[in-house]
Amino acid sequence: MNAVDISDLNVWFGKGRDRVDAVRNVSLTLAQGGSLGLVGESGSGKSTILRALTGLAPSWTGQMTVAGKTLGRRRTRTFYQTVQMVFQDPYASLHPRHSIDQVLSETLTLHGYRDIEPRIEKLLADVGLGPSYRFRYPHQLSGGQRQRVAIARALAPEPAILLLDEPTSALDVSVQAEILNLLTDIRAERDLSYMMVSHDLAVVGHMCERIAVMQNGEIVETMSVEDMRAMRMTHPYSKHLLSASMGLPTDEALSDL
Amino acid sequence: MNLLDVDNLWVKFPTRTGIFDAVRGISFSLGQERLGIVGESGSGKSMTGRAILKLIRPPGQIIADRIAIEGDDIIAMNERQMRKVRGERISMVMQDPKFSLNPVMTVGDQIMEAYRTHTRSSKTDAKRKALEMLEAVSIRAPERVFRAYPHEMSGGMGQRIMIAMMLIPDPRILIADEPTSALDVSVQTQVLGIIDRLVKERGMGLIFISHDLNLVSSFCDRVLIMYSGRIVETCQADKLHEAQHPYTRGLLNSLPRLDAPNRRLEVLQRDPAWRDAPSVSGRI
Repeated sequence: MNAVDISDLNVWFGKGRDRVDAVRNVSLTLAQGGSLGLVGESGSGKSTILRALTGLAPSWTGQMTVAGKTLGRRRTRTFYQTVQMVFQDPYASLHPRHSIDQVLSETLTLHGYRDIEPRIEKLLADVGLGPSYRFRYPHQLSGGQRQRVAIARALAPEPAILLLDEPTSALDVSVQAEILNLLTDIRAERDLSYMMVSHDLAVVGHMCERIAVMQNGEIVETMSVEDMRAMRMTHPYSKHLLSASMGLPTDEALSDL
Repeated sequence: MNLLDVDNLWVKFPTRTGIFDAVRGISFSLGQERLGIVGESGSGKSMTGRAILKLIRPPGQIIADRIAIEGDDIIAMNERQMRKVRGERISMVMQDPKFSLNPVMTVGDQIMEAYRTHTRSSKTDAKRKALEMLEAVSIRAPERVFRAYPHEMSGGMGQRIMIAMMLIPDPRILIADEPTSALDVSVQTQVLGIIDRLVKERGMGLIFISHDLNLVSSFCDRVLIMYSGRIVETCQADKLHEAQHPYTRGLLNSLPRLDAPNRRLEVLQRDPAWRDAPSVSGRI
Protein backbone atom coordinates (compact mmCIF):
# COMPACT_ATOMS: atom_id res chain seq x y z
CA MET A 1 0.00 0.00 0.00
CA ASN A 2 1.30 3.43 -0.89
CA ALA A 3 1.50 6.17 1.70
CA VAL A 4 -0.03 8.71 -0.67
CA ASP A 5 -1.83 8.21 -3.97
CA ILE A 6 -2.96 11.23 -5.92
CA SER A 7 -4.69 10.95 -9.26
CA ASP A 8 -5.96 13.67 -11.58
CA LEU A 9 -5.71 16.36 -8.96
CA ASN A 10 -6.81 19.83 -10.05
CA VAL A 11 -6.62 22.78 -7.68
CA TRP A 12 -7.76 26.27 -8.55
CA PHE A 13 -8.19 29.61 -6.86
CA GLY A 14 -10.69 32.31 -7.68
CA LYS A 15 -13.50 31.96 -10.16
CA GLY A 16 -14.62 33.16 -13.56
CA ARG A 17 -12.18 35.55 -15.17
CA ASP A 18 -9.85 35.49 -12.14
CA ARG A 19 -9.58 31.72 -11.95
CA VAL A 20 -6.03 30.47 -11.58
CA ASP A 21 -5.39 26.79 -12.15
CA ALA A 22 -2.58 26.17 -9.69
CA VAL A 23 -2.40 22.39 -10.10
CA ARG A 24 -3.50 20.62 -13.28
CA ASN A 25 -4.10 16.88 -13.71
CA VAL A 26 -1.41 15.83 -11.28
CA SER A 27 -1.02 12.16 -10.44
CA LEU A 28 1.69 10.95 -8.12
CA THR A 29 2.45 8.26 -5.58
CA LEU A 30 4.54 8.24 -2.46
CA ALA A 31 5.61 4.72 -1.52
CA GLN A 32 5.34 3.54 2.09
CA GLY A 33 8.60 4.65 3.75
CA GLY A 34 9.66 6.44 0.58
CA SER A 35 10.51 10.05 -0.07
CA LEU A 36 9.32 12.17 -2.94
CA GLY A 37 10.66 15.61 -3.82
CA LEU A 38 8.66 18.20 -5.70
CA VAL A 39 10.77 20.79 -7.48
CA GLY A 40 9.92 23.71 -9.71
CA GLU A 41 9.80 27.48 -9.80
CA SER A 42 7.63 29.61 -7.58
CA GLY A 43 4.08 29.43 -8.83
CA SER A 44 4.52 25.98 -10.33
CA GLY A 45 2.04 24.51 -7.84
CA LYS A 46 4.36 22.37 -5.73
CA SER A 47 3.30 23.79 -2.35
CA THR A 48 -0.35 23.78 -3.44
CA ILE A 49 -0.24 19.97 -3.72
CA LEU A 50 0.85 19.74 -0.07
CA ARG A 51 -1.81 22.24 0.94
CA ALA A 52 -4.48 20.31 -0.94
CA LEU A 53 -3.46 17.12 0.84
CA THR A 54 -3.74 18.74 4.27
CA GLY A 55 -7.08 20.30 3.44
CA LEU A 56 -5.82 23.86 3.11
CA ALA A 57 -6.91 24.29 -0.52
CA PRO A 58 -10.56 25.31 -0.87
CA SER A 59 -11.43 24.01 -4.33
CA TRP A 60 -10.13 20.83 -5.89
CA THR A 61 -11.17 17.81 -7.89
CA GLY A 62 -9.56 14.43 -8.33
CA GLN A 63 -8.74 11.65 -5.94
CA MET A 64 -6.36 11.71 -3.00
CA THR A 65 -5.72 8.59 -0.96
CA VAL A 66 -3.64 8.57 2.20
CA ALA A 67 -2.69 5.24 3.78
CA GLY A 68 -5.53 3.51 1.94
CA LYS A 69 -8.23 6.01 2.94
CA THR A 70 -9.73 8.22 0.27
CA LEU A 71 -9.91 11.84 1.36
CA GLY A 72 -13.16 13.76 1.32
CA ARG A 73 -13.82 17.44 1.76
CA ARG A 74 -13.01 17.50 5.46
CA ARG A 75 -10.03 16.13 7.30
CA THR A 76 -10.51 14.14 10.49
CA ARG A 77 -8.34 13.91 13.57
CA THR A 78 -7.12 10.50 12.44
CA PHE A 79 -5.91 12.13 9.23
CA TYR A 80 -3.75 14.56 11.18
CA GLN A 81 -2.40 11.65 13.21
CA THR A 82 -1.15 10.21 9.94
CA VAL A 83 -0.05 13.35 8.09
CA GLN A 84 1.76 16.36 9.51
CA MET A 85 3.39 19.33 7.85
CA VAL A 86 6.51 21.44 8.51
CA PHE A 87 6.33 24.93 7.03
CA GLN A 88 8.97 27.04 5.37
CA ASP A 89 9.39 29.94 7.71
CA PRO A 90 10.10 29.03 11.33
CA TYR A 91 9.77 32.73 12.18
CA ALA A 92 6.17 32.83 11.04
CA SER A 93 4.89 29.36 11.91
CA LEU A 94 5.32 29.54 15.69
CA HIS A 95 3.06 31.68 17.85
CA PRO A 96 5.28 34.49 19.19
CA ARG A 97 3.59 34.57 22.60
CA HIS A 98 3.43 30.85 23.24
CA SER A 99 6.35 29.16 24.92
CA ILE A 100 7.72 25.96 23.40
CA ASP A 101 5.99 24.09 26.22
CA GLN A 102 2.62 25.63 25.29
CA VAL A 103 3.13 24.91 21.59
CA LEU A 104 3.80 21.24 22.20
CA SER A 105 1.31 20.65 25.02
CA GLU A 106 -1.51 22.26 23.03
CA THR A 107 -0.78 19.97 20.10
CA LEU A 108 -0.60 16.91 22.34
CA THR A 109 -3.84 17.83 24.15
CA LEU A 110 -5.67 18.33 20.86
CA HIS A 111 -4.62 14.88 19.79
CA GLY A 112 -5.97 13.42 23.00
CA TYR A 113 -2.79 12.44 24.80
CA ARG A 114 -2.79 12.34 28.61
CA ASP A 115 0.89 11.74 29.38
CA ILE A 116 1.96 15.17 28.18
CA GLU A 117 4.94 15.75 30.49
CA PRO A 118 7.09 12.82 29.39
CA ARG A 119 6.04 13.26 25.77
CA ILE A 120 7.25 16.88 25.63
CA GLU A 121 10.58 15.88 27.14
CA LYS A 122 10.96 13.05 24.64
CA LEU A 123 9.99 15.22 21.65
CA LEU A 124 12.52 17.89 22.58
CA ALA A 125 15.22 15.29 23.03
CA ASP A 126 14.32 13.70 19.68
CA VAL A 127 14.89 16.95 17.81
CA GLY A 128 18.13 17.67 19.65
CA LEU A 129 16.92 20.41 22.01
CA GLY A 130 17.79 20.16 25.69
CA PRO A 131 15.10 20.41 28.43
CA SER A 132 16.28 23.98 29.09
CA TYR A 133 14.55 25.10 25.90
CA ARG A 134 11.16 23.99 27.09
CA PHE A 135 10.01 27.24 28.67
CA ARG A 136 11.56 29.59 26.15
CA TYR A 137 9.66 31.72 23.65
CA PRO A 138 10.32 31.62 19.90
CA HIS A 139 12.20 34.96 19.91
CA GLN A 140 14.72 33.42 22.30
CA LEU A 141 15.64 30.75 19.75
CA SER A 142 17.71 30.86 16.57
CA GLY A 143 16.17 30.01 13.19
CA GLY A 144 17.50 26.46 13.30
CA GLN A 145 16.20 25.89 16.83
CA ARG A 146 12.77 27.20 15.83
CA GLN A 147 12.67 24.81 12.91
CA ARG A 148 13.53 22.01 15.37
CA VAL A 149 10.51 23.05 17.46
CA ALA A 150 8.33 23.04 14.33
CA ILE A 151 9.56 19.52 13.57
CA ALA A 152 8.88 18.44 17.17
CA ARG A 153 5.33 19.79 16.87
CA ALA A 154 4.82 17.86 13.64
CA LEU A 155 6.10 14.68 15.31
CA ALA A 156 3.83 15.07 18.35
CA PRO A 157 0.87 13.03 17.01
CA GLU A 158 3.30 10.31 15.83
CA PRO A 159 2.49 10.69 12.13
CA ALA A 160 3.53 8.24 9.42
CA ILE A 161 3.87 10.89 6.71
CA LEU A 162 5.61 14.25 6.95
CA LEU A 163 4.99 16.99 4.40
CA LEU A 164 7.98 19.33 4.28
CA ASP A 165 7.44 22.68 2.56
CA GLU A 166 10.88 24.23 1.96
CA PRO A 167 11.95 23.35 5.51
CA THR A 168 15.44 24.84 5.22
CA SER A 169 15.23 27.65 2.69
CA ALA A 170 15.10 30.33 5.40
CA LEU A 171 18.23 28.96 7.08
CA ASP A 172 22.00 29.35 6.64
CA VAL A 173 23.76 26.46 4.92
CA SER A 174 25.49 25.33 8.11
CA VAL A 175 22.14 25.22 9.95
CA GLN A 176 20.50 23.64 6.91
CA ALA A 177 22.96 20.75 7.19
CA GLU A 178 21.94 20.19 10.84
CA ILE A 179 18.22 20.21 10.04
CA LEU A 180 18.60 17.92 7.02
CA ASN A 181 20.63 15.48 9.13
CA LEU A 182 17.93 15.59 11.80
CA LEU A 183 15.24 14.86 9.21
CA THR A 184 17.28 11.95 7.83
CA ASP A 185 17.72 10.47 11.33
CA ILE A 186 14.06 10.88 12.29
CA ARG A 187 12.96 9.23 9.08
CA ALA A 188 15.19 6.21 9.72
CA GLU A 189 14.13 5.92 13.38
CA ARG A 190 10.40 6.25 12.84
CA ASP A 191 10.07 4.76 9.38
CA LEU A 192 8.43 7.91 8.04
CA SER A 193 7.45 8.76 4.47
CA TYR A 194 8.45 12.24 3.29
CA MET A 195 6.99 14.47 0.67
CA MET A 196 9.26 17.47 0.32
CA VAL A 197 8.92 20.68 -1.65
CA SER A 198 12.03 22.67 -2.46
CA HIS A 199 13.44 24.93 -5.12
CA ASP A 200 16.93 23.65 -4.30
CA LEU A 201 17.67 20.55 -6.35
CA ALA A 202 20.73 19.67 -4.30
CA VAL A 203 18.62 19.57 -1.11
CA VAL A 204 15.93 17.46 -2.75
CA GLY A 205 18.60 15.21 -4.25
CA HIS A 206 20.06 14.73 -0.78
CA MET A 207 16.74 13.90 0.89
CA CYS A 208 14.59 12.15 -1.69
CA GLU A 209 14.70 8.96 -3.71
CA ARG A 210 12.22 10.15 -6.31
CA ILE A 211 11.88 13.61 -7.78
CA ALA A 212 8.95 15.15 -9.64
CA VAL A 213 9.61 18.27 -11.69
CA MET A 214 6.72 20.73 -11.92
CA GLN A 215 6.02 23.54 -14.35
CA ASN A 216 2.84 25.62 -14.62
CA GLY A 217 0.88 23.32 -12.32
CA GLU A 218 1.80 20.12 -14.11
CA ILE A 219 4.31 17.40 -13.39
CA VAL A 220 6.49 17.35 -16.48
CA GLU A 221 8.77 14.53 -15.40
CA THR A 222 9.30 12.09 -12.54
CA MET A 223 12.67 10.46 -12.10
CA SER A 224 14.85 8.67 -9.58
CA VAL A 225 17.57 10.57 -7.79
CA GLU A 226 20.20 8.47 -9.57
CA ASP A 227 18.82 9.60 -12.92
CA MET A 228 18.88 13.20 -11.79
CA ARG A 229 22.48 12.95 -10.61
CA ALA A 230 23.53 11.39 -13.90
CA MET A 231 21.60 14.11 -15.82
CA ARG A 232 19.40 11.39 -17.35
CA MET A 233 16.27 13.42 -17.80
CA THR A 234 14.21 13.77 -20.92
CA HIS A 235 12.11 16.89 -20.54
CA PRO A 236 13.91 20.10 -21.63
CA TYR A 237 12.53 22.01 -18.64
CA SER A 238 14.08 19.57 -16.12
CA LYS A 239 17.42 19.88 -17.92
CA HIS A 240 17.14 23.64 -17.81
CA LEU A 241 16.28 23.62 -14.11
CA LEU A 242 19.17 21.33 -13.25
CA SER A 243 21.82 23.23 -15.17
CA ALA A 244 20.51 26.50 -13.70
CA SER A 245 20.82 25.12 -10.18
CA MET A 246 24.33 23.88 -10.85
CA GLY A 247 25.16 27.61 -10.84
CA LEU A 248 26.16 27.65 -14.49
CA PRO A 249 24.49 30.23 -16.69
CA THR A 250 23.00 27.99 -19.35
CA ASP A 251 23.18 28.82 -23.01
CA GLU A 252 19.39 28.98 -23.20
CA ALA A 253 19.25 31.33 -20.20
CA LEU A 254 21.72 33.66 -21.88
CA SER A 255 20.02 33.51 -25.25
CA ASP A 256 16.73 34.39 -23.48
CA LEU A 257 18.13 37.82 -22.75
CA MET B 1 43.66 54.38 -8.19
CA ASN B 2 41.15 52.01 -6.67
CA LEU B 3 37.45 52.66 -7.03
CA LEU B 4 36.99 52.05 -3.34
CA ASP B 5 39.32 51.83 -0.36
CA VAL B 6 38.09 50.82 3.07
CA ASP B 7 40.47 51.06 6.02
CA ASN B 8 39.65 49.64 9.42
CA LEU B 9 35.85 49.82 9.23
CA TRP B 10 33.79 49.24 12.36
CA VAL B 11 30.01 49.25 12.68
CA LYS B 12 28.79 49.51 16.27
CA PHE B 13 25.34 49.32 17.81
CA PRO B 14 24.79 50.28 21.45
CA THR B 15 22.55 47.78 23.25
CA ARG B 16 21.32 47.42 26.80
CA THR B 17 24.16 45.01 27.50
CA GLY B 18 26.94 47.09 25.98
CA ILE B 19 28.17 47.87 22.50
CA PHE B 20 27.62 45.27 19.81
CA ASP B 21 30.21 45.29 17.02
CA ALA B 22 28.57 44.13 13.80
CA VAL B 23 31.70 44.82 11.74
CA ARG B 24 35.04 44.70 13.52
CA GLY B 25 37.88 46.49 11.77
CA ILE B 26 37.93 45.26 8.19
CA SER B 27 40.01 46.67 5.34
CA PHE B 28 39.57 45.98 1.65
CA SER B 29 39.71 47.63 -1.72
CA LEU B 30 37.76 47.35 -4.94
CA GLY B 31 39.02 47.83 -8.48
CA GLN B 32 37.17 47.29 -11.74
CA GLU B 33 36.20 43.81 -10.67
CA ARG B 34 33.43 41.69 -9.23
CA LEU B 35 34.16 41.32 -5.54
CA GLY B 36 32.05 38.81 -3.61
CA ILE B 37 31.41 39.04 0.13
CA VAL B 38 30.07 35.80 1.59
CA GLY B 39 29.15 34.70 5.08
CA GLU B 40 26.24 33.52 7.19
CA SER B 41 23.50 35.75 8.49
CA GLY B 42 24.96 37.95 11.18
CA SER B 43 28.47 37.87 9.76
CA GLY B 44 28.35 41.60 8.97
CA LYS B 45 28.33 41.37 5.20
CA SER B 46 25.20 43.49 4.66
CA MET B 47 26.33 45.97 7.32
CA THR B 48 29.56 46.41 5.40
CA GLY B 49 27.62 47.23 2.24
CA ARG B 50 25.38 49.71 4.01
CA ALA B 51 28.29 51.33 5.84
CA ILE B 52 29.98 52.17 2.53
CA LEU B 53 26.89 54.21 1.63
CA LYS B 54 26.66 55.54 5.20
CA LEU B 55 23.19 54.05 5.44
CA ILE B 56 23.40 52.88 9.06
CA ARG B 57 20.74 54.61 11.14
CA PRO B 58 21.64 56.09 14.51
CA PRO B 59 22.19 54.91 17.20
CA GLY B 60 24.35 52.65 14.99
CA GLN B 61 27.77 54.12 14.34
CA ILE B 62 30.21 53.83 11.45
CA ILE B 63 33.83 54.24 12.44
CA ALA B 64 36.66 53.94 9.95
CA ASP B 65 40.11 55.31 9.32
CA ARG B 66 39.10 55.91 5.74
CA ILE B 67 36.38 55.03 3.26
CA ALA B 68 37.50 56.53 -0.03
CA ILE B 69 35.61 56.51 -3.31
CA GLU B 70 38.07 57.18 -6.11
CA GLY B 71 40.25 58.91 -3.56
CA ASP B 72 37.54 61.04 -1.91
CA ASP B 73 37.05 60.25 1.75
CA ILE B 74 33.34 59.99 2.58
CA ILE B 75 33.74 59.62 6.33
CA ALA B 76 33.91 63.39 6.82
CA MET B 77 31.04 64.11 4.42
CA ASN B 78 27.72 65.41 5.73
CA GLU B 79 24.29 64.12 4.66
CA ARG B 80 23.97 66.72 1.89
CA GLN B 81 27.28 65.72 0.36
CA MET B 82 26.40 62.04 0.76
CA ARG B 83 23.26 62.50 -1.32
CA LYS B 84 25.54 63.49 -4.20
CA VAL B 85 27.54 60.30 -3.68
CA ARG B 86 24.64 57.89 -3.42
CA GLY B 87 23.30 56.99 -6.81
CA GLU B 88 25.80 59.11 -8.71
CA ARG B 89 28.97 57.34 -7.62
CA ILE B 90 27.77 54.28 -5.70
CA SER B 91 24.40 52.64 -5.77
CA MET B 92 22.90 49.60 -4.21
CA VAL B 93 20.50 46.90 -5.35
CA MET B 94 18.63 45.35 -2.44
CA GLN B 95 17.39 41.83 -1.93
CA ASP B 96 13.67 42.07 -2.50
CA PRO B 97 12.12 44.33 -5.15
CA LYS B 98 8.75 43.94 -3.41
CA PHE B 99 9.97 46.03 -0.50
CA SER B 100 12.33 48.36 -2.31
CA LEU B 101 10.18 49.84 -5.06
CA ASN B 102 7.62 52.52 -4.31
CA PRO B 103 4.23 50.77 -4.62
CA VAL B 104 2.24 53.91 -5.44
CA MET B 105 4.47 55.31 -8.19
CA THR B 106 4.71 53.98 -11.73
CA VAL B 107 7.94 52.25 -12.73
CA GLY B 108 8.68 54.98 -15.25
CA ASP B 109 8.25 57.79 -12.74
CA GLN B 110 10.57 56.07 -10.29
CA ILE B 111 13.31 55.57 -12.85
CA MET B 112 12.93 59.13 -14.12
CA GLU B 113 13.13 60.43 -10.56
CA ALA B 114 16.41 58.58 -10.06
CA TYR B 115 17.78 60.17 -13.22
CA ARG B 116 16.54 63.71 -12.65
CA THR B 117 17.79 63.83 -9.07
CA HIS B 118 21.30 63.63 -10.41
CA THR B 119 21.14 65.41 -13.75
CA ARG B 120 19.52 68.58 -14.98
CA SER B 121 17.38 67.26 -17.75
CA SER B 122 13.99 67.76 -19.29
CA LYS B 123 11.16 65.31 -18.75
CA THR B 124 11.26 64.10 -22.36
CA ASP B 125 14.98 63.53 -22.07
CA ALA B 126 14.55 61.58 -18.82
CA LYS B 127 11.80 59.50 -20.35
CA ARG B 128 13.96 58.59 -23.33
CA LYS B 129 16.82 57.67 -20.99
CA ALA B 130 14.51 55.57 -18.78
CA LEU B 131 13.16 53.64 -21.76
CA GLU B 132 16.72 53.01 -22.98
CA MET B 133 17.65 51.75 -19.54
CA LEU B 134 14.64 49.42 -19.38
CA GLU B 135 15.73 48.02 -22.70
CA ALA B 136 19.27 47.62 -21.39
CA VAL B 137 17.98 45.37 -18.60
CA SER B 138 16.27 43.17 -21.21
CA ILE B 139 12.69 44.24 -20.65
CA ARG B 140 10.84 43.38 -23.82
CA ALA B 141 8.03 45.92 -23.68
CA PRO B 142 9.66 49.00 -22.11
CA GLU B 143 6.75 51.32 -22.98
CA ARG B 144 4.26 49.11 -21.16
CA VAL B 145 6.50 48.53 -18.15
CA PHE B 146 7.19 52.27 -17.97
CA ARG B 147 3.48 52.90 -17.30
CA ALA B 148 3.01 49.93 -14.96
CA TYR B 149 3.04 49.82 -11.15
CA PRO B 150 5.46 47.57 -9.24
CA HIS B 151 2.74 45.13 -8.12
CA GLU B 152 2.07 44.30 -11.78
CA MET B 153 5.62 43.02 -12.17
CA SER B 154 7.06 39.59 -11.37
CA GLY B 155 10.01 39.25 -8.99
CA GLY B 156 12.54 38.97 -11.78
CA MET B 157 11.10 41.99 -13.60
CA GLY B 158 11.07 43.98 -10.36
CA GLN B 159 14.72 43.22 -9.77
CA ARG B 160 15.59 44.29 -13.32
CA ILE B 161 13.70 47.54 -12.76
CA MET B 162 15.72 48.08 -9.58
CA ILE B 163 18.92 47.55 -11.53
CA ALA B 164 17.79 49.99 -14.22
CA MET B 165 17.00 52.57 -11.58
CA MET B 166 20.31 52.12 -9.81
CA LEU B 167 22.39 52.31 -12.96
CA ILE B 168 20.68 55.24 -14.66
CA PRO B 169 22.76 57.94 -12.87
CA ASP B 170 25.83 56.05 -14.16
CA PRO B 171 27.57 55.21 -10.87
CA ARG B 172 31.10 53.85 -10.68
CA ILE B 173 30.36 51.23 -8.04
CA LEU B 174 27.36 48.95 -7.64
CA ILE B 175 26.69 47.15 -4.38
CA ALA B 176 24.31 44.24 -4.86
CA ASP B 177 23.03 42.83 -1.56
CA GLU B 178 21.64 39.34 -2.24
CA PRO B 179 20.09 40.61 -5.49
CA THR B 180 18.82 37.21 -6.56
CA SER B 181 17.95 35.42 -3.28
CA ALA B 182 14.24 36.12 -3.73
CA LEU B 183 14.25 34.83 -7.31
CA ASP B 184 13.91 31.40 -8.92
CA VAL B 185 17.09 29.76 -10.17
CA SER B 186 16.35 30.22 -13.86
CA VAL B 187 15.44 33.89 -13.39
CA GLN B 188 18.49 34.24 -11.18
CA THR B 189 20.87 33.40 -14.01
CA GLN B 190 19.15 35.97 -16.25
CA VAL B 191 19.42 38.76 -13.68
CA LEU B 192 23.05 37.90 -12.96
CA GLY B 193 23.77 37.93 -16.70
CA ILE B 194 22.32 41.44 -16.93
CA ILE B 195 24.30 42.73 -13.94
CA ASP B 196 27.45 41.19 -15.35
CA ARG B 197 27.00 42.67 -18.83
CA LEU B 198 26.23 46.19 -17.58
CA VAL B 199 29.06 46.22 -15.06
CA LYS B 200 31.50 45.15 -17.78
CA GLU B 201 30.21 47.57 -20.42
CA ARG B 202 30.41 50.53 -18.08
CA GLY B 203 33.72 49.59 -16.47
CA MET B 204 32.18 49.58 -13.00
CA GLY B 205 33.22 47.87 -9.80
CA LEU B 206 30.73 45.43 -8.27
CA ILE B 207 30.41 44.33 -4.68
CA PHE B 208 28.26 41.22 -4.62
CA ILE B 209 26.98 40.26 -1.17
CA SER B 210 25.61 36.74 -0.89
CA HIS B 211 25.30 33.72 1.34
CA ASP B 212 25.48 31.37 -1.64
CA LEU B 213 29.04 30.08 -1.99
CA ASN B 214 28.53 28.33 -5.31
CA LEU B 215 26.98 31.39 -6.86
CA VAL B 216 29.75 33.71 -5.69
CA SER B 217 32.39 31.26 -6.85
CA SER B 218 31.00 31.11 -10.37
CA PHE B 219 30.03 34.78 -10.69
CA CYS B 220 32.76 36.87 -9.01
CA ASP B 221 36.47 37.49 -9.56
CA ARG B 222 37.56 37.72 -5.95
CA VAL B 223 35.89 36.74 -2.67
CA LEU B 224 36.05 37.94 0.93
CA ILE B 225 34.74 35.45 3.48
CA MET B 226 33.31 37.10 6.59
CA TYR B 227 32.73 35.59 10.02
CA SER B 228 31.38 37.54 13.01
CA GLY B 229 32.33 40.94 11.65
CA ARG B 230 35.78 40.10 10.34
CA ILE B 231 37.29 38.89 7.10
CA VAL B 232 38.65 35.41 7.80
CA GLU B 233 39.90 34.61 4.32
CA THR B 234 40.17 36.06 0.82
CA CYS B 235 40.74 34.19 -2.40
CA GLN B 236 40.23 34.12 -6.14
CA ALA B 237 36.59 33.21 -6.71
CA ASP B 238 37.35 30.24 -8.95
CA LYS B 239 39.66 28.91 -6.22
CA LEU B 240 36.96 29.15 -3.53
CA HIS B 241 36.57 25.39 -3.47
CA GLU B 242 40.24 25.10 -2.49
CA ALA B 243 39.80 27.55 0.40
CA GLN B 244 41.90 26.79 3.47
CA HIS B 245 40.16 28.38 6.44
CA PRO B 246 38.23 25.79 8.48
CA TYR B 247 35.16 28.06 8.48
CA THR B 248 35.07 28.31 4.69
CA ARG B 249 35.76 24.58 4.40
CA GLY B 250 32.96 23.88 6.90
CA LEU B 251 30.48 25.97 4.92
CA LEU B 252 31.46 24.28 1.67
CA ASN B 253 31.23 20.81 3.16
CA SER B 254 27.83 21.44 4.72
CA LEU B 255 26.28 21.91 1.27
CA PRO B 256 24.49 18.90 -0.17
CA ARG B 257 25.97 18.10 -3.56
CA LEU B 258 24.32 16.55 -6.56
CA ASP B 259 27.57 15.09 -7.86
CA ALA B 260 28.79 13.64 -4.56
CA PRO B 261 25.95 12.13 -2.54
CA ASN B 262 26.47 11.19 1.09
CA ARG B 263 23.97 10.07 3.69
CA ARG B 264 24.85 12.64 6.32
CA LEU B 265 26.01 16.19 5.78
CA GLU B 266 29.00 17.56 7.60
CA VAL B 267 28.03 19.93 10.40
CA LEU B 268 30.08 23.04 10.96
CA GLN B 269 32.01 22.90 14.25
CA ARG B 270 32.65 26.49 15.29
CA ASP B 271 35.99 27.27 16.88
CA PRO B 272 35.89 30.27 19.27
CA ALA B 273 39.37 31.19 18.02
CA TRP B 274 37.93 32.18 14.63
CA ARG B 275 36.12 35.07 16.28
CA ASP B 276 39.26 36.44 17.87
CA ALA B 277 41.68 35.98 14.99
CA PRO B 278 42.64 39.32 13.42
CA SER B 279 40.88 40.32 10.23
CA VAL B 280 42.58 39.41 6.97
CA SER B 281 43.22 42.30 4.60
CA GLY B 282 41.04 42.34 1.50
CA ARG B 283 43.22 44.81 -0.39
CA ILE B 284 44.40 43.92 -3.85
